[in-house]
Amino acid sequence: MSSPAATAACPECDGAVVFGRSPMAGEVVRCTDCSAELEVISREPLTLELAPEVEEDWGE
Amino acid sequence: MRIALLTTRIRTEERLLLESFEARGVHPEVIDLRAQVFVPGSPGRWTGFDLAVDRSVSATAGQNAVRILDAFGVRCVNPSAAIDTCSDKLRTTLALELAGVPTPRVRVAFDQESALAAVEELGYPAVLKPTIGSWGRLLARVNDRDAAEAVIEHKLTLGSFPHHVLYVQEYVEKPMRDIRVFVVGGEPVAAITRESQHWVTNTARGGRASGLAIGPEMADLCRRAAASVGGDVVAIDLLECPRRGLLVNELNHSMEFRNSIETSGVDIPGLVADYCLRVVREGIPAGTPATSRAPAGAA
Repeated sequence: MSSPAATAACPECDGAVVFGRSPMAGEVVRCTDCSAELEVISREPLTLELAPEVEEDWGE
Repeated sequence: MRIALLTTRIRTEERLLLESFEARGVHPEVIDLRAQVFVPGSPGRWTGFDLAVDRSVSATAGQNAVRILDAFGVRCVNPSAAIDTCSDKLRTTLALELAGVPTPRVRVAFDQESALAAVEELGYPAVLKPTIGSWGRLLARVNDRDAAEAVIEHKLTLGSFPHHVLYVQEYVEKPMRDIRVFVVGGEPVAAITRESQHWVTNTARGGRASGLAIGPEMADLCRRAAASVGGDVVAIDLLECPRRGLLVNELNHSMEFRNSIETSGVDIPGLVADYCLRVVREGIPAGTPATSRAPAGAA
């Protein structure tokens, strides 16, 4: 098994959020432990925050 | 080659697009629109881009950023006029009607009594839609006069001004599914069906997707629909009307495709990247919506 590109703690449940690829600023990921949707706020240091609620004008 | 990928957040779609560009030896600059300040009249570094690809999750940010870049002379996918057309259901209807593309019957009114008369003329059930909006939000199927009166009153009383455009569409008695066709560079490249027990079949609302072969009639319809809005890369929603055949319900200018790649078996982001590179290399110009073209016979 390949080693993860990066790991950070979920701000909601403190579970490990594992990135298979190098994280990108603004990337939205889901915590596999608590299912919270998270956003990468910074890459160095790798910082996650809860992603904002879906806004009215989001999406196609 | 310099390509700007306009984003507000990076979803799976943006990741896949970036990987597709990189596999072709091009490394787009990812630009977070939340961090930008644009100066109208001063293009600055923006004219250094050969192409800007709008992938903003926020429709508002994407639409307005592309307006500015278009004015700076930067070729955008999709172009500003196409985004303006696709993001407004009334403009889409006007473009489709002008181009002679079959679409559900629509009436537009601005007053409670006029809107009620429009609903009654179309017959029940009818669908009231906001002209702006996404992911199937705030669609209302009204089955009788009581429901129509209530929804119209709520829109006029509680809705902001954009909701005072009362857009009424005939309800198409389709099978419990609709069809989505992905069009890249004017050509339909993939199609899926979305099935749901609910009359709103968007996958964002829980619709289940399956692959579908594109027949010649569907392909022709989609080519004409994409051309009518001047779109480079659009996802077209079709309804199967038992009486009139395939109808174009709407076109999406910032298509979501993550769940359609495996379903359709088509590398949609790869085809989008290929097309974007062709736009730059071959100088493919932006299309013009039917609503912006000179009418036949005009001087």
